[in-house]
Formats: sequence, C-alpha cells, structure tokens
Amino acid sequence: MTTTPIAHPTRRSVLLGAAAGAAALATPGILRAQDRSLKVGVYGGYFKESFDENVFPAFTQATGIAVESIAEPTGEAWLVQLEQAARANVAPADVSMISQVAMRKGLSTDLWAPLDLARVKNAGDILAPFIVKYPDERVAGVGAVAWYINLVTNTQAYPTAPDSWAAFWDPANEGKLGLLALVSNSFLLEVTAKTFFGGTQVLDTDDGILKVMDKLAEVKPNVQLWYRDEAQFEAALKSGEIPMGQYYHDVTGLAASKGEPVRSTFPKEGGISDSGCWAVSRASQKLDIAHEFIDYMTQPATQSLLARKVGTAPVIGRSLLDLTDAEFAAVSSTAEPIVPRYDLYVSKADWLNQKWTELIVG
Amino acid sequence: MSAAPSRPSGGQAALVFPGLMLGAFFVVPFGLMIAVSFFQRVQGGFYEPVLTGANYARFLSLFFGEILLFSLGLSALVALVCLLVGAPFTYLLARLPRRAQVPWLVALLAILSLSEVIIGFSWSTLLSRTAGVSNLLVALGLMASPTAFTPSFAAVLLGMTYQALPYCVLVLYPSFSRLDPSLGEAAQTLGASPARAFLTVILPALRGALAATFVVVFVFALGSYLLPQLLGRPQHWTLSVLITDQAIYQSNMPFAAAMAVFLVLASLLLVSLAALFGAKRAGNAA
Repeated sequence: MTTTPIAHPTRRSVLLGAAAGAAALATPGILRAQDRSLKVGVYGGYFKESFDENVFPAFTQATGIAVESIAEPTGEAWLVQLEQAARANVAPADVSMISQVAMRKGLSTDLWAPLDLARVKNAGDILAPFIVKYPDERVAGVGAVAWYINLVTNTQAYPTAPDSWAAFWDPANEGKLGLLALVSNSFLLEVTAKTFFGGTQVLDTDDGILKVMDKLAEVKPNVQLWYRDEAQFEAALKSGEIPMGQYYHDVTGLAASKGEPVRSTFPKEGGISDSGCWAVSRASQKLDIAHEFIDYMTQPATQSLLARKVGTAPVIGRSLLDLTDAEFAAVSSTAEPIVPRYDLYVSKADWLNQKWTELIVG
Repeated sequence: MSAAPSRPSGGQAALVFPGLMLGAFFVVPFGLMIAVSFFQRVQGGFYEPVLTGANYARFLSLFFGEILLFSLGLSALVALVCLLVGAPFTYLLARLPRRAQVPWLVALLAILSLSEVIIGFSWSTLLSRTAGVSNLLVALGLMASPTAFTPSFAAVLLGMTYQALPYCVLVLYPSFSRLDPSLGEAAQTLGASPARAFLTVILPALRGALAATFVVVFVFALGSYLLPQLLGRPQHWTLSVLITDQAIYQSNMPFAAAMAVFLVLASLLLVSLAALFGAKRAGNAA
C-alpha cells in the first residue's frame, strides 16, 4: 500500500472525528437526556424477536419513544451484570424484564429504582402477585408478562389427559417423566405441597420442606430426564420418548397447533404460575420515560397484544381484556394457580439447593 | 537433535509474548478464582470480599467427595477407553500409505468441528427408544422391543469417548508415524505375531507418548459438563455440572470457585503422578 503525504492528515482527521464522535456518544450530556429513547432488556431469543416484531413498534408509534432492545441472558447472569454496572453508575438497560427470584435478590442491594404507581394508569388492575415491593412498601417492579408451567403429555402415549399432578407419582409411569432439574425453576416443592399437603404453607418450616422432599423423592423412579435444556425435553415429548412431564403451557400449545401429538393440561391443583416484572436500574437516567413504558405495557390493549403475539398470560384481570375464550385458554386459566414461594429461594437458597441436589443425585 | 546455535537473548525475547499471554489469560484469572473461593457468599445477593473458609468447609463432605471421585474416575475411564481404541487405530493408520491416511485424518478433524451440544443431541437420538439403534436390532430379530439406552452411564462414557477420541489420535499420530517400522519387523523376524509385536515392542517403545495422551484426554474429559447432563442420570453428573449450577443458576461464585479449585488440585495431583509414572518407566526402558 502506498501512502501519500496527503493521505496522512485525512486518515488522522477521520480517526479524530471518530474519537470525538465516540466521546460525544459516551457523554451522558443534555442532548441524550432530551432524546426520547429507552433501552429495554428482554430475554434473548424468541421473546426478544416477538417483542421487536410486534410490541416495541406499536409502543414507538403510540408514544414516539424509540426502543433499543437488549438481549438478556437467562438465569441470574443479567442481575449480576446490572448490579455490577450500577455500582459504576452505568445502566446496560433502563428497564429490564426480571424473574421473580432475581427481583427479590435485587431488593437486598437496592438495585431497583422505586416506581410511582400513580403514573401507571392501570396499576389498580394489576393482580397482586405481580407487584414486587421493598419491605418499606416502595414499588420495585411491576408485572410484565406471566406464563404457566403445566402437566404435559404426549397424546399418543396418553389418549386421555391426566387431571392431577399426582400422575407423576403413579407407579405405572415408571421411566416416563421429564422434569426441570433445578429447585428454583421446577417449583416441584410447591407442586408436591399443593397436591399432597394441602398447600404451600407446609413449606414455612425446614421440617415441612424436608417432609415435602421425602414425598417428592418417591417420583425418582418415574423420572427419565431431569432437564436444564428445554429443547431436549420438548423434542423427547414430541417423539414420545419421554411422554409426560412439566413444561410451558404456551410453547406446548404452539407445538400442538402445528400438529405435534402433545397437550398441556391445567391439573385440578392448578398450573404453576411464573412471571417476570419490569424493573428499572437505579443507575438509569430515564425513570420518567420508563414510567411511560410501564404504563403502556400494562394497558389492557397491550396485554391482549402480548397474549396473542408473544403467547404470555396477562398480568391484569381477564374481564378487562378483549381476548376470546380460545385466545385466553391458549395462554392462561381462571383456575387458582400454584404460586411459587419465591421468598424461599432467596432466604434459604443455599440450603434448598444443597438438599435438592442430594435428593435427585443421591 | 541437532545442536542449535545458542541465542540466549533472542530465545528469552521470544518467550516474553507467550509469557504475557499466559499471565493475562491464565495466571490472573486463576488467581482471581482462588481469591473469590475465599470470599463470603451473601445469600440472596452476591459476595463480599471477607475472608472465609466456609466454601471449602461446605465442599468437604461425603456427598461432594463421592462426586469428585466419580468425576475423576469417569475421566480416567474415558482416557483409558480412548487409548484402548486409539492406539491400535493410530498404529494401523500410520502404516497406511499417505494418500489413504488423509481421509481418515480429515474425518477425525471433522469431529472436532462438532460442538458438544450437537454431539450430545445426536447420541441421545441414536440411543433413544423411539428413533435409536435398538429399532435396528429389533428389525434384525436380535431384540424383542425397542429400548432406550440413554440416560445411562454407558451413554455418558460413549459420548465422552467419541468426543475425546480425535484428540487422542491426533496426539498419538506424530509418535506413531515417526516410529521406525524396522522395530516391528525385527520382532516379527524373531517369531512374534503382529499382535504380540504390537503389545510387547511397539507399545513399550511409545510409553511416553501414551502417558502424555492419557493426561491430555483425562484433563479434557474432566471439563465436560454438557454430555453428562444430556446423556446421564443425576447420579452421573460430574463436578463440572455442579460447578455450572452454582455459578450460573445460584450465582454462588465463591462456592463454585472453591469446587473448581478442588477439581484443579485433584487433577494436578493425578497428572503429576501420571507424568512421574511415564518418565520413570521410560527411564527404566532406556
């Protein structure tokens, strides 16, 4: 390559310009505070794609606020990143969708900026379990979406649907089950408590938890697969290799609608209701815009849109929505759900994890 | 070896870059991990830089001891099976004409391009009840009804051996191809069968290479955390699986780090034993 003397200043000025541009972008100056944009973290993959395609464009059209969506990793890795960034006063995303356990862990370090429910029009309609508060009643997170983990079966192996979680304990189902491998995402303690001990209050004491674990240990001969990877179980359920187990209601319904021989059943004890909240990092400079975003996301029209396009269950009451019976049944149920005891996974995290690992490995 | 002209200054300078890389990407992260393993876990939060031995105390139990032993045993078994399959294979491969060796080597390298996920899913399909090899056996009249061979210990061993075999062959290949063919010929002239010549002459001559390969495959297998999950039952989960659980799902970095330190110490101990063994036997043979 030949470099003429003239090329030098050009190249350098280009570099200087680039450096100045980068500096301008990195400076949280007045310019940036005025632009109407928001960085929103949602789970990467299917969730982010559906939000990018169907939800964020509608929000931008309605409010004029541009959304930059950020792919969050699952698990608690995102919480760790947000926490470390917040210590340096940086917010990788202004608003993030956060799992219930991660929400509660963030409370202990004051990670979430307090939200003002008066600025969220439909705050009163949001069902109580979906609002997460600090001990002093400040609001840390507002329900974003909910989903159910249900009793799923392969329709060829099980021509009639089981109606109770107790099917997991049936000796006839030896080697037939696929269950989630972690105590904090399978919620099988709650399922066992509701099915055999009359409710999750038995989990209040260590003795109660151990009793429930003993009961749960009885399913071990029936379990063919303890899965961390959802795709592995989904494939095995479709092929009939592992014809029964626990899985997401929405994804199973989607597979059934494409002709796969699978079904998702709300057992008589209730499906497991899990959910995510919108929460704002305390390092975010855009708390006002974040309130507008949360306000939009909790409106009945948006909740209906989410149910139809993303397949999530609404966090506000059914009566406010314009969903048909079929559309509602595809994502939710009016029966009383099993609500996970998220508090346990924070206060007794290590003890539960240890006992659980011993339970399934031993 | 031909005596290379000594250039001490140039030789030292050449080592600076690898040294820096090793420092930046191995020594520093490893030091950080050791430091974190002594930090205090905050349940429901992260960790604080307060020195504690609690993470190590939690590991010192029969439960984790058994898992550590299982992981080491499984990795040693994988290394052993790889050698049992890989050594005769490489010996025969090295004796083929060059042109015939190439497709075999390309096929082995192709396995290396597969990710652990793909290997795990493929084997779990091959060993499944609905789509696996047992259906072939039923068609041939060898079995009454299709059976699932996974999850099982054999499936984990098979998957990990499959994944490690290319490394085994590629590490053995240079030694086997450099081996003087007259060694085997001399043994056979003296009346040994080909199999006997291989076992009593070729293998002892390559003891050092075999020991080195064992160590490489052993350490490689020790890090496997996906195949035991995909192909095994919970009792076949290795320590690496539990480390992943703690680090990613429980955000308990101090405990994950303490477990990793134990794994590194145990494997260092075994590797130095193996190296000692290889050096000693090679010395005796000389």
